[in-house]
Amino acid sequence: MELDPDDIFRDEDDDPENEFFQEREATKEMVVYLVDASPKMFSTTSLQENQEETHFHVAVSCIAQSLKTQIINRSYDEVAICFFNTREKKNLQDLNCVYVFNVAERDDLDRPTARLIKDFDCIEESFTKEIGSQCGILSGSRDNSLYNALWVAQALLRKGSAKTADKRILLFTNEDDPFGSVKGVVKIDMTRTTLQRAKDAQDLGISIELLPLSRPDEEFNVSLFYTDLLGLEGDDLSLFLPSAGQRLEDMKDQLRKRMFKKRKVRRITFSIANGISLELNTYALIRPTVPGTITWLDSVTNVPLQSERSFLCADTGALIQEPAKRFQSYKNEDIKFSVEELSEIKRVSTGHLRLLGFKPLSCLKDYHNLRPSTFLFPSDEEVVGSTCIFIALHRSMLRLKRYAVAFYGSSTHPQLVALVAQDEIVTASGQVEPPGLHMIYLPYSDDIRHIEEIHADENNEASRANGDQIKKATALMRRIDLKDFSVCQFSNPALQRHYAVLQALALDEDEMPEVKDETVPDEEGMARTGVVNALEEFKHSIYGENYDEEKEFETNGKVTEASKKRKAIAENAVQECANYDWADLADNGKLKDLTTVELKYYLTAHKLPVAGRKEALINRILVHLGK
Amino acid sequence: MARNKEALVLLLDVSPSMHNILQEVEKVCSMLIQKKLIYSKYDEVGLVLFGTEDTNNELTTEVGGYEHVNVLRHIKVVDKDVVEVLQQLPRGTVAGDFLDAIVVGMDMLIKKFGPTNKGKKRLCLVTKALCPVKAPYEGTEEDQVNTIAAQMFAHGIKMDCIVPRGKQNVDGNVRVIEENDHLLGVFSKKSSSKVVYVESPTSLLGALRTRRISPVTIYRGDLEISSALKIKVWVYKKTAEEKFPTLKKYSDKAPATDKFATHEIKVDYEYKSIEDPSKIVPPDQRIKGYRYGPQVVPISSAEWDAVKFKPEKSVKLLGFTDTSNIMRHYYMKDVSIFIADPGNKKAILAVSALARAMKEMKKVAILRCVWRQGQGNVVVGVLSPNVSDKENTPDSFYFNVLPFAEDVREFQFPSFSNFPVSRQPNEEQQEAADNLVKMFDLAPSGREEALQPEFTPNPVLERFYRHLELKSKHRDAPVPPLDDTLKKITQPDPELLSECKSVVDEFRRLFELKENPKLKKSSKRLLREKPSGSDEGEGSVNANDVGAAKYIENASAEKIDKIGDSTPVQDFEAMMSRRDSPEWVNKAIKDMKNKIFDMVENSCEGDTYQKALECLVSLRKGCILEQEPKQFNDFLRHLYKFCQEKDLNDFCELLASKGVTLITKTEAIDSEVTDDEARSFTVKNEPKHEEER
Repeated sequence: MELDPDDIFRDEDDDPENEFFQEREATKEMVVYLVDASPKMFSTTSLQENQEETHFHVAVSCIAQSLKTQIINRSYDEVAICFFNTREKKNLQDLNCVYVFNVAERDDLDRPTARLIKDFDCIEESFTKEIGSQCGILSGSRDNSLYNALWVAQALLRKGSAKTADKRILLFTNEDDPFGSVKGVVKIDMTRTTLQRAKDAQDLGISIELLPLSRPDEEFNVSLFYTDLLGLEGDDLSLFLPSAGQRLEDMKDQLRKRMFKKRKVRRITFSIANGISLELNTYALIRPTVPGTITWLDSVTNVPLQSERSFLCADTGALIQEPAKRFQSYKNEDIKFSVEELSEIKRVSTGHLRLLGFKPLSCLKDYHNLRPSTFLFPSDEEVVGSTCIFIALHRSMLRLKRYAVAFYGSSTHPQLVALVAQDEIVTASGQVEPPGLHMIYLPYSDDIRHIEEIHADENNEASRANGDQIKKATALMRRIDLKDFSVCQFSNPALQRHYAVLQALALDEDEMPEVKDETVPDEEGMARTGVVNALEEFKHSIYGENYDEEKEFETNGKVTEASKKRKAIAENAVQECANYDWADLADNGKLKDLTTVELKYYLTAHKLPVAGRKEALINRILVHLGK
Repeated sequence: MARNKEALVLLLDVSPSMHNILQEVEKVCSMLIQKKLIYSKYDEVGLVLFGTEDTNNELTTEVGGYEHVNVLRHIKVVDKDVVEVLQQLPRGTVAGDFLDAIVVGMDMLIKKFGPTNKGKKRLCLVTKALCPVKAPYEGTEEDQVNTIAAQMFAHGIKMDCIVPRGKQNVDGNVRVIEENDHLLGVFSKKSSSKVVYVESPTSLLGALRTRRISPVTIYRGDLEISSALKIKVWVYKKTAEEKFPTLKKYSDKAPATDKFATHEIKVDYEYKSIEDPSKIVPPDQRIKGYRYGPQVVPISSAEWDAVKFKPEKSVKLLGFTDTSNIMRHYYMKDVSIFIADPGNKKAILAVSALARAMKEMKKVAILRCVWRQGQGNVVVGVLSPNVSDKENTPDSFYFNVLPFAEDVREFQFPSFSNFPVSRQPNEEQQEAADNLVKMFDLAPSGREEALQPEFTPNPVLERFYRHLELKSKHRDAPVPPLDDTLKKITQPDPELLSECKSVVDEFRRLFELKENPKLKKSSKRLLREKPSGSDEGEGSVNANDVGAAKYIENASAEKIDKIGDSTPVQDFEAMMSRRDSPEWVNKAIKDMKNKIFDMVENSCEGDTYQKALECLVSLRKGCILEQEPKQFNDFLRHLYKFCQEKDLNDFCELLASKGVTLITKTEAIDSEVTDDEARSFTVKNEPKHEEER
């Protein structure tokens, strides 16, 4: 593990860019979305309840959604959108049936912009008029639109080195046999050249991924053509088989998930005991997404500014190079630590992740949590056999309802962790929970606070609800039940608002968009008679007949002496204040003749601050009067 | 700060029964004092030992009795001397009476502060409570404890008792221990006292809160079940990480003669225009910009305030849902606790009713929270019941923050069932894993749960403060090594490991780990700790080496087209699994045969036999998989014959002992060899070796 002196001194809270919360941006991703626009993509089947839902629509909306995610999360990645089997052509190579979609002020393969997202959102409306659909592979002609498309995509991805960028072509199509319409030697020839083209691309470090669209009544047969194109081998093949969902919506979910490229945070070893060490990859599946960092601009030119940090000696004012030592005052002395010493202190464990033992799941309490968890998945890339051991332990832990306790020895933040096994959960919309271990960061004794004890009842008897009250609460709970609640069903209203505003500003729009806050309670549902009745019964069982009076009493009862006095003063001030004609006094400059006590009547009555000298008070009154 | 200061009297049992853990007591108490020296310099501390030979306390001179209670230090503001004293506690010689010590400590606090400083006076008692307490002059021990507890309560004195032993299975007088435990129990019932029992030295280090933090609420107000029903609650942090201290940067620029030098460093940020780096842009000419794709959108704070999301302060219920709907790994942050407004009886009842109903029905509540007015975002989280098992603590809720849709990355992973059989554990392996998970147990019944977060100290902070203390004496003191007590947090407990040695060994025997041969040669070399001189034996790296191996990112598989000398087995497997041409299988088998032949033939005193055996096993497996039994069987017969001719019988012996024989009809349908024939193949050869020997 490498040591970064900056990391050691870094405080996580102050630093949103901390490695833990940010994925490494070591490599950027370049993606070409290659969308089949043949008439087949536009056909609708009678099975669909909604006629709008064509495969083309599914593909396009997946891309639109992923563009929006991308501009928030990984805006450095570059994308190109390219249709094939089109009537019009637009590409540098001037090949038929291929149309590269783009907007102004942007290269064909470039970072997504606000304009791109906006225009792509209405692509379906303008598509027929501007681009048009037309099958590019016909028996009569020698045109090969798939070949052309791959060529164009490959040319787009020519920029940047394969070492620093991850290059991918994502192919959306519902045609499992693109050369089905041609026969004989032409077909053989076309297949051969297309496969060669794909292989060339792959040799250049470009991976081609297929996102097949299928219908329940006609399965997408990968083996007809695409197995060869993708260079799939035995085991990988099964992962590619599209599960034909009953609903297009589910398929959309599946595609959307598959469009993400998994990014591992790091590779670690997990030592079990006596030299058995597995290879694992860690993934950050859950991390708070925050509005991007602020860039300071020159307010006149709107050009970004360069920030420069300098260290000054507080005693002499001398400029200092990056200081090598830190200190802590202790016993009236400055105890100095070198960077090496501090990292040595933090190096309490030798391995990456060391198993310490197992415990039943009941030992893991709800308050044993500090940070978002990290996901662990085995890899046989370097140590063959890791997966096998991992699967065995994973199964045992699930079956025996136990979790592992381990020590995670990162160089900056070594911590005790719980490894909780999660079984795979698959629904119609694809994999919902991947199988693997979730690493949960545990608190230490000094991180846990015993709040309950502070409020322990002095007289030994804390009030407890009786059976009837609990029964009423149970009834209430049955009424307000969120049956299909899923953890991430809400989008973050603050973030949505943030980016909606940015998008509007970036496009110079005048109107600020309204963003729906999905997190507000369901008022309508709460107003249903059943719910209201259950609520009333529960309320009655706890608070008795007079909840409202009770509330009044509670607020009064809780008011401290000081606030009672404050209230009395305010009431008095309102009365006194009415005795003066303030506007008149102000107009005639008579305010200064009043005492500060009198002036404060006005201020208190109007809830203005009463601090400051007499002139300040008068000024404040004048401002308030609008004089 | 001063009004928040605490007065603490440490009551430490140093009687012989305590000697084996006094080292840990010394450590945890010095840590407590060290943190006070840094974070609460005005706190006052007294120190009382009991079980000592000597007697030294005011009560014994005033009223007599209270023998063997030794006041080492009166209540004074903390200083470095306390740390010194605590690090070398005298070992006592007689049994200690903890009740006497409590009375002495209480007397010290009362004499010094009287009824003032309520709630800021604390006793901290560390004792095994193994020795009987003296009978009082009148009444029972319990009466006496009741009187003391009432006094403590009246003066607002709190007490923490740490009993470093188990509740059961302790050596000593069972009756005395039960009686003492009962008395301590009375304290925790009748006064603001807390008694914790810890078994291991590691948990003793974690049992005492070494840093005093006065908790503050993050929210006080309504928990809105609906607009018609609001419950008054207070919300606190339940967990909050104690961070590694932020050290200041040190400047050595000040002259050594300057006694008042702060040695601090100020960090200064300057913003310069990119075109003209000499031009510094003052703050009022700067404007904040937010990134949106490649664009940076300028927006002033005022503008931003006008358009940004501004929720109202409130905590609202969205609904209840099944506990199973919320998986544990979705918890995002440190945890909060919801407690009913302590002054509001009805609220306590309401929280209690909801918590108990939730627990009974296995439900949790989903809330939307805005803790403060002006907070720029909302928090959605899950409220889970915390039903109290102690009579005097109210029921409450824990609150965990949940992720928003934007916070979740829906990466797709392969199903475990989709992995090839070679990567799936077989029944025997699964059983070994089951046993490991069962037996490598940190929470055995009847014993203390090891590494409970509540009692586990932070080894990094322990180490930092110990180093700090060492450095204050010798500025060049090296970083102290982790002692055995702390090692139990970062490494598996050797005792526990030896207890389940057989299970671990079995696990190790059944699972095989080896380095992946498909790695590029260049990166593979780096996998070794030390570069190997020859290619010999490189094929079989044992699992130990792998554990120590350093990994290289992005090492990718390479297409193998011939079987090399270094890793023949892996090369063979790689070739066999190539799918780009059917010819690879034949070529692989052929090459492998040659390789094995070479190895056997060129072996010098059997040095390559092990490797040849591995290759042969691999070849056998490959031929079964590829339905080429004949190729293997012919080869094996040929090899046997060859060995006999060349007097290399020990190789055949090795094969026989490992049960490597012909491929049978049951293994591969194309084979013509029956099970019996295969068995007799080796048997037939075996006696031959015996004869020849």
